[in-house]
Amino acid sequence: MTPDEDVALVEALRRGDEKAFAALVDRYHSSLLRLAMSYVATREQAEDVVQETWLGVLNGIDRFEGRSSLKTWIFRILVNRAKTKGVRERRSVPFSSLEGDGDENQPSVDASRFQEGGRSAGAWSAPPESWEGIPEDRLLSGETRMVVEEAIALLPAMQRAVITLRDVRGFTAQEACDVLGLTEANQRVLLHRARSKVRARLEEYLSAEPAGVGG
Amino acid sequence: MTFRRHGLTCQQVVELVTEYLDGVMEPRRRARFEAHLDGCDGCTAYLEQFRSTVAVIGRLDVGDVPAPVMSELLSAFRNWSDDRDGA
Ligand SMILES: [Zn+2]
Repeated sequence: MTPDEDVALVEALRRGDEKAFAALVDRYHSSLLRLAMSYVATREQAEDVVQETWLGVLNGIDRFEGRSSLKTWIFRILVNRAKTKGVRERRSVPFSSLEGDGDENQPSVDASRFQEGGRSAGAWSAPPESWEGIPEDRLLSGETRMVVEEAIALLPAMQRAVITLRDVRGFTAQEACDVLGLTEANQRVLLHRARSKVRARLEEYLSAEPAGVGG
Repeated sequence: MTFRRHGLTCQQVVELVTEYLDGVMEPRRRARFEAHLDGCDGCTAYLEQFRSTVAVIGRLDVGDVPAPVMSELLSAFRNWSDDRDGA
């Protein structure tokens, strides 16, 4: 949304325009829920946090000044609520992990796939194969997306939060940093870790024969 | 396979892909990165896989708002709006 659209929407909410509110909920609710899951232990708690977020949006709408986008502002309310709730319920995300997940120094690709010594150290020994031959409908099939969903679900909390905003929801790096309170460099490291793991999982999945083919 | 093309190993290239895709690479580093790709099929395939991965993630369902949740939120909205009018 452009700043002008934000202003129009905020004015509609202040006027009590129910359709405008419904459209806003439609647009962001599911993404808010996904993000909340990075901070609290259960889906039920995440749903509570999102509910509180919407109430927070309404109660705070008169104070919204347009210094950030409406989207960023809403997601920041969510993160604040979720962190508070995470603390209160002594949740699983340990504090250190609200900045990073502790595995940022792991390689993106297993070291065994590169040559170890000599002149060619660091060159591929088992290079990845092109996916160009994979039909688009396999790459975008429900099963492939399920594999990706599962890989994302297994990511540590902050990596999951960053990849959700950047790649599922299309936030810019700056917007993700604003929402999550990360530095740009930290955000990029988390995103890179997250994408690398999902790619590795996809590579594993796609290199196996598709079900029902072969023989 | 290639050996330290333009000063970067394949193992280094795979760590730089997100920085590259975000367009925030310092120009000289970017030139070296792209020169490496030009001569390396493995890294070219890797970048393509990485891009496809991001594309698949972008196609995930964000999901709909369940009807009971929506109606609960709308009724909260009406209450909020009525309170404002009354205030
Ligand atoms: Zn290479």
